[in-house]
Amino acid sequence: MAQITIKGVKKNYAKTAVIHGVDVTIEAGEFVVILGPSGCGKSTLLRMIAGLEEISGGEIAIGGKVVNDLEPRERGCAMVFQNYALYPHMTVRQNIGYSLKVAKVAKAARDARVMKVAQAVSLEPYLDRRPGELSGGQRQRVAMARAMVREPKVFLFDEPFSNLDAKLRVAMRAEVRRLHRDLGVTSVFVTHDQTEAMTLADKLIIMNAGKVEQIGKPTEVYNNPASRFVADFIGSPAMNLFEGEFDAEGQFVHGTGGRMNVSQLNGVRQPGRKVVLGVRPEGVRRTGADTHGAIPAVVDYVEELGASRLIHADANGSRIVALDNDTSEIKSGTPVHLSLADSALHLFSLEDGRRISH
Amino acid sequence: MIERSPFFDALTYAVMIIGLILVIIPFWVVIVAASQSLQEVSQVPISLLPSNQLWTNLSEAWARADLGPKMINSFIVAIGVTVGKITLAAMSAFAIVFFNFKARMICFWLIFITLMLPLEVRIVPTYAIAANALLPFQTILDVTGLTWLVQAVSGIQVSLNWNLLNSYTGLILPLVATATGTFLYRQFFMTIPDELAEASKMDGASAMEFFWDVLIPLSRTNMLALATIMFVGSWNQYLWPLLITTDRANFGTVVMQLKALIPAMNGTPDWNVTMAGALIIMLPPLLVVAFMQRWFVRGLISRDK
Repeated sequence: MAQITIKGVKKNYAKTAVIHGVDVTIEAGEFVVILGPSGCGKSTLLRMIAGLEEISGGEIAIGGKVVNDLEPRERGCAMVFQNYALYPHMTVRQNIGYSLKVAKVAKAARDARVMKVAQAVSLEPYLDRRPGELSGGQRQRVAMARAMVREPKVFLFDEPFSNLDAKLRVAMRAEVRRLHRDLGVTSVFVTHDQTEAMTLADKLIIMNAGKVEQIGKPTEVYNNPASRFVADFIGSPAMNLFEGEFDAEGQFVHGTGGRMNVSQLNGVRQPGRKVVLGVRPEGVRRTGADTHGAIPAVVDYVEELGASRLIHADANGSRIVALDNDTSEIKSGTPVHLSLADSALHLFSLEDGRRISH
Repeated sequence: MIERSPFFDALTYAVMIIGLILVIIPFWVVIVAASQSLQEVSQVPISLLPSNQLWTNLSEAWARADLGPKMINSFIVAIGVTVGKITLAAMSAFAIVFFNFKARMICFWLIFITLMLPLEVRIVPTYAIAANALLPFQTILDVTGLTWLVQAVSGIQVSLNWNLLNSYTGLILPLVATATGTFLYRQFFMTIPDELAEASKMDGASAMEFFWDVLIPLSRTNMLALATIMFVGSWNQYLWPLLITTDRANFGTVVMQLKALIPAMNGTPDWNVTMAGALIIMLPPLLVVAFMQRWFVRGLISRDK
């Protein structure tokens, strides 16, 4: 267990900067997920913690000790790779025990420790097989056992489940969660899958284009996105985002002149201010035409989800998605009226995408 | 492309059988001639059926060409070249593929250039080096004036000399220094995913531990294929051993001895003994190929991972 402090960390490849100064503190024993679209620098950051990538600027400390110039093996991190990276010519037992063999641990002690971790991830029946004879899920468990056997201070996961099928992924997620609970080792997990991130994380770090967009608990990030990017990235179906401005009466004007009554955003409704208004589909409800502030729209198509459905509609040139629990048939082209739930509105600056608190 | 029709089947079989006959016939002639007596082998046309003199001819060839010690020499050279080349190839390819040093591309191209300069092309300079392996250093000392300096200061004339003529080192080293093996290894190492190297780093293994524990075991089939080629190639070397060994009695190889078995201009035309000698001499590479061909084919075409 160790705290990880990342201070102003930068990464440049030749002259291109891929990470522009990241500051994060990961508490001892915490499970942190770094989430972001591909190419945002999340794996690079993880690899810098591991020591596989040089740090171009700033400082990374593990357990209070600056590790910038330490070799991977001296940092006390273990890593689980996306493609498992098992040694194909070694048996499962040898794969798991390799780090101990390199560290010159006596054979008896080595076997005992391999056995112990193999039990923890239920691999005992496969100890004498080679990676080629195992399924994807089993291989990933070997990779995890290999990381665990060193009893590291920090676990690093680099998109470990992206090669597994959906069902297995859910099972492995539960397994990782359980292992973290049992071992309590500080863990950093990189993924581009937001469901994975939301379910695993104690703390989420959302990255975009080499910068940290937001750090917080999953619910916090979901309920209070710090920027337009986070609002758009987190949540499925994605948040409705309307670009527009306030008119003289404080109404929100969007699309081809559609108006929304957003009286709850009192205080930030300066006329002419250009903003992005965000509301999650579950904050949009169908309503009667006579409701105050109802937004007229035309149904484009309906996505059936089983228990509920998503209505994709067009409101004065703006696309709007509503989560609807009504099951009565609704055809495309039908006019509907929608209203926005009071508490669910998010406002972002159009200029820099940062949140405008209200 | 796999074309399946009776016509193509017949055609491919025909091509294959013709090819087989072309390859087999010389061997057959050697075996037949080696088993005949002097009278039989001198008949025109030669009979293509084996006779009963094989053992006599084999022992005659063995004794006349002194094949016992020469066999040992040939084995020393062939094994030396094979081992040396594999070691050199694996390590140089390891350096080129897995290390990111400044002169990497220069090293790569220097090795690459040697592909274009086989031994036959550089035989004169190679001989000069073999005559005195320290010659380049001596030249450097002379040119920079260090020889003069040392002589002026201590009165000792610096004269570096390391003669490789008539030695196993001289027979082996020049054959080791070519790039083919390096390339085979380089191609193989490039198929190894980076993650494997990184995983071993995370496991705490040093570069050499990664080399020994991961790369070498993974390249086993590759290595056996290379060993086969190298063994056969160096066993069959004729020009270089001929050039570098004046002391035939001690350092001659079997392929050189084959020349001694060819009947002289006006001597007895005992081609049966010559063929028996050829049979003995080609046996070891034949056995090596027969024994290794399973790995040989696998190492060159497919990657079992």
